[in-house]
Amino acid sequence: MQLSEYLAQAESLAQAARALLEGLDPSTRVDVAKGALNTLKDDQLSALQGALRSLPADDRRAAGGAFNTLKNDIQNALDAFTARQAVGVGDPLFDPTMPARRTWQGSLHPVTIVIDEICDIFRELGFTIALGPEAETEFYNFGALNFPPDHPAMELHDTLYLGNDTVLRTHTSPVQVRTLQNIAPPVRVLAPGQVYRRDFFDATHAPAFMQLEGLAVDEGISFVDLKATLSEFARRFYGKSRRVRFGPSYFPFVEPGAQMDVEVDLNDGKGLRWVEILGCGMVHPHVLQAAGLDSERYTGWAFGMGPARIAMSRFDIHDIRLLYDSDVRFLEQFAR
Amino acid sequence: MIVSHEWLKQFVPHTLSADAVGELLSRHCVTLDGIERLGVALEPFVVAQVVEAGRHPNSERLWVTKVDDGSGTLLDVVCGAPNVVVGNKYPFARTGTTMPGGVKIEKRKIRGETSNGMLCSPVELGLGQESDGIMTLHTEAVPGTPILDVLPIADSQLILDVLPNRPDLLSHRGVAREVAAIAGVPRTPMPVSDLGDVTLDVPTVSGTTTASIDGITVRVDDSTSCPVYMAIVIRGVTVGPSPAWLVKRLDSIGQRTISNVVDATNYVLHGFGQPVHAFDLAKLHASSIVVRPTVAGESVVTLDGVTRNLAVGTTVICDGAQPIALAGVMGGKDTEVTDTTTDVVLEVALFEPRFVRRVRQSAGLSTDASYRFERGVDPAAIKEIALVGAALIAQVAGGTVGPMLAVGTPFVAAPPVALRLTRLARVLGVAVSEPVAVKRLESLGCAVTVDGDVLSVHTPSWRNDLLLEVDLIEEVARLGGFDTLPDDVRPFRPGNVPDHPLYLSGRRVRDALVGLGLSETRPMPFTSLGDANTPRVRNPLAEDEPFLRASLLDTLARRAEYNLSRMQGNIRLFEVGNAFGSSIGSNSDTSSPRLPREEVRVGALIMGARRPPHFTEPQPPAFDVWDAKAIAEQMVRAAFPGETLTFVPAEHPTVWTLSISNRGSVGRVERLQLDRPVWATDAFGVELALGVITSVDVAPPGQHAHAEDAKTNVSSPMPAAIRAKSLPTTPSADFDLALLVPNHIHAATVEATLRVAAGELLEQLVLFDEFRGAGIPDGNRSLAWRLTFRHPERTLRDKEIEGRRAKLLATLDKELGIRTRAT
Repeated sequence: MQLSEYLAQAESLAQAARALLEGLDPSTRVDVAKGALNTLKDDQLSALQGALRSLPADDRRAAGGAFNTLKNDIQNALDAFTARQAVGVGDPLFDPTMPARRTWQGSLHPVTIVIDEICDIFRELGFTIALGPEAETEFYNFGALNFPPDHPAMELHDTLYLGNDTVLRTHTSPVQVRTLQNIAPPVRVLAPGQVYRRDFFDATHAPAFMQLEGLAVDEGISFVDLKATLSEFARRFYGKSRRVRFGPSYFPFVEPGAQMDVEVDLNDGKGLRWVEILGCGMVHPHVLQAAGLDSERYTGWAFGMGPARIAMSRFDIHDIRLLYDSDVRFLEQFAR
Repeated sequence: MIVSHEWLKQFVPHTLSADAVGELLSRHCVTLDGIERLGVALEPFVVAQVVEAGRHPNSERLWVTKVDDGSGTLLDVVCGAPNVVVGNKYPFARTGTTMPGGVKIEKRKIRGETSNGMLCSPVELGLGQESDGIMTLHTEAVPGTPILDVLPIADSQLILDVLPNRPDLLSHRGVAREVAAIAGVPRTPMPVSDLGDVTLDVPTVSGTTTASIDGITVRVDDSTSCPVYMAIVIRGVTVGPSPAWLVKRLDSIGQRTISNVVDATNYVLHGFGQPVHAFDLAKLHASSIVVRPTVAGESVVTLDGVTRNLAVGTTVICDGAQPIALAGVMGGKDTEVTDTTTDVVLEVALFEPRFVRRVRQSAGLSTDASYRFERGVDPAAIKEIALVGAALIAQVAGGTVGPMLAVGTPFVAAPPVALRLTRLARVLGVAVSEPVAVKRLESLGCAVTVDGDVLSVHTPSWRNDLLLEVDLIEEVARLGGFDTLPDDVRPFRPGNVPDHPLYLSGRRVRDALVGLGLSETRPMPFTSLGDANTPRVRNPLAEDEPFLRASLLDTLARRAEYNLSRMQGNIRLFEVGNAFGSSIGSNSDTSSPRLPREEVRVGALIMGARRPPHFTEPQPPAFDVWDAKAIAEQMVRAAFPGETLTFVPAEHPTVWTLSISNRGSVGRVERLQLDRPVWATDAFGVELALGVITSVDVAPPGQHAHAEDAKTNVSSPMPAAIRAKSLPTTPSADFDLALLVPNHIHAATVEATLRVAAGELLEQLVLFDEFRGAGIPDGNRSLAWRLTFRHPERTLRDKEIEGRRAKLLATLDKELGIRTRAT
């Protein structure tokens, strides 16, 4: 075969394909059109591909280019047919690209999204949800939690007072004592709730914010259980490959006291780094005793974490006031 | 707490880098907030040698030099210092170097001569307050060597977050003890190398309440607040600048130098953790120091020049005539050490934490000293510190040490704490062998004797946090490292505590409202609305918002205004949160404090367009009261499944109160009064109480309220059962009734009449139209209902339907005076 002959055949096949598609009724389904086109192509296209080899080597480059152009032409013709279908040639007044009739999309608060996720993980690990009042007595907020009276530990919490011995709770830990007084071990509870500190409202502090408390008390509960449960939580929340570590810390109501750090990427271009996620420890015997439990018989562990901070790093929120100002343009970003 | 890495080496000679020390401490001891490198600004400076120096042709004060900076090319450098000497080495800033003050050194002409860099003075390097010229380096280092390799200025600050349980870490010696224990390296015994030999033998007089020698008297009238008071006299000092090593030590932790005597006291505080104070002996009336409780109306002018009024019931230091210092907090102006001081009295005392706390609070003054006393200093170290402090003053300011006056009772060690190895294993979840536990405790300074399973542990005097067995368990665990403990998930028993029903209903309501297109918010719950009975914060952050809110709608209304002020008029917000009421009266125990009543509520606010604009509806209608009514229905359905809701008409601005069969009034729908711009549409609020959070005491302290049959039902009650009806097999028949209803008759009244009159075959009754206007007489409206009838077993005949229609019309006319709209 001569090159000129090859080129002519290619051009005529392209024309035939165009003619075939243009000749079809516009309501023909795309798959039917494809079928008709394949019948046309099957013989001639493969014949042309085979003929490439029979051409003199010098002509093969030009012929190969023509073959590729042919294939593109056929595809373009099919695309054009499909596009005509899409705009509904059948109903010239129907424009299928017009937008849907939408309803307003509701959204959960970013802190709620994080709390729900954490609660769901711990529920799988056998925890139930407990709640307690936000206005508390000093006994439940401090005394029962082994805060020595007249001690600098009290100054770790800048407290909002309601009366001489009533406060807005500074942490969710009072729920530990209320729960232990109310129901006999085994206890495995999670207590999300609003807490209050006398912190002025700025980019990194809010006077009222959510905290999440966890408590497990039974016979034979140990530090190994604490590590196991919290590490398992971290793996489920942050991903299996995240590294976790436990270092020393101090809270009056736990002993030993610890903190859990997770290696996370805060999306600030600095890569992975250790970030403190929660404070934890073995429940102090004084707390068990304040709740009327035998601290020789029962042991337990507890933790507390701040879901607002986690939400801020997870969703790239740089000013904590956005969480509380209630600007609808912010909140609606969390629509599902 | 700022710790200098170099200073630390004086107490524990180690070769660990600052990073390594930080890592050890943060894994085993204390949170590390960061490491600050000192001298970083001097990294680019190099040693350079002046090889030629000549007078500047155009200036009498300037030199033109040739400088070897190790680059291989001699540089022309113009210098203004009087002390340039050929052959000497100096710190050199090459062109392009940024000086500590921020100025960048460029190649430039100075009075016509080119200068390629700068020879530096100590002031220019930030290493001194004043200098006589450029800084001569006495070094063998070749030109080009970084000056940080030559000068002893490189150091790192370890910034530690020391929590209230570990006051022993508030000094370099204390941190060094931990580093030694963790790293297993020995500590330097006293004296430390900065000080040289401080072995002193001074005449001492002691007494339980008073001591006196050489006409100097110390008396303690209040041994509760001040169990030990030692005073040591140093005569013949010369007050002046501190030696360089002392300035550098203080500078390395960010402390300013004041004078040699004062710097020595600060060195003792940061080095050893014991606050000490130097008085000018000449300024003490009757050469006396008296520690006594305050009396009414006393005040002291403290070192900072402020007059501090002393609260009654705190403790004060006086001389023979008047108060001279705030005990444990700050010294007084009147007895301050000044340039003219020759004899000083060094106070080294033990003040009880709670008294210092009271002094600090009443004076409103927190200092490095009060911070340490409030947390507790080492009660056994007072005498040792007194000798160190006096020796240091004598070393840096001259003078002779002695005598010493010691008042109080000697330190008595606490009884040993028992640690059972079985308990250790039980709390940690893994066994720790006896030798390992003993070694760890001994590394901390504990003295341990073993008796079978029990270790009897004498804790060191500086560890006031080691009181209980569990405290020792923590020490053993953290020294080994929490990370070395296993973390395998072990079997556990399921908990006895049921989910709190308000958590479950709150979550259901949230999901329902999100489905309706509302956004959840979590605003601050404080409000300006309240009266004498409203719970309020005594120490509010904002004086104008001291109250705890009684309603979520109040908060949501303010948040809507916030959005309106930002030109956002499409607002659909909801919140699940607590509302507070006045006190619920006394708790079960009458002595118990009164807490406000607390209710978990859900509030919703809607205003603006009912739907997003669409090309089929470019301007959707605004939300109206019927949308609010629908939200109320959805809320109740989600919160109280299966319960019947009744809307009870109410006084404006409330539209309805919401009533539920067995709970009574649980909420309301309200037209909200907002401060809103003219373009904003009406706002509606819905609030529903989900339930009360109980805040009564569960049981008295130390007791519980567990039921005898301890097992509780952990499953939550199922929502009321739904019973499915079979689908109809017969056709329905329907007709419409368009009625002329006087305005004073409610649709619900008409509906009730219709239902009774229509009989049991009525399947559905739908109000589908309301019309006022043309053809409708004033005071009336047209309401149209569609009635659907069905017989369960057969097709209804036309005649039966007609008969029902006629009967309904007759009943309506008779009972309500209502007729069909004229046709």
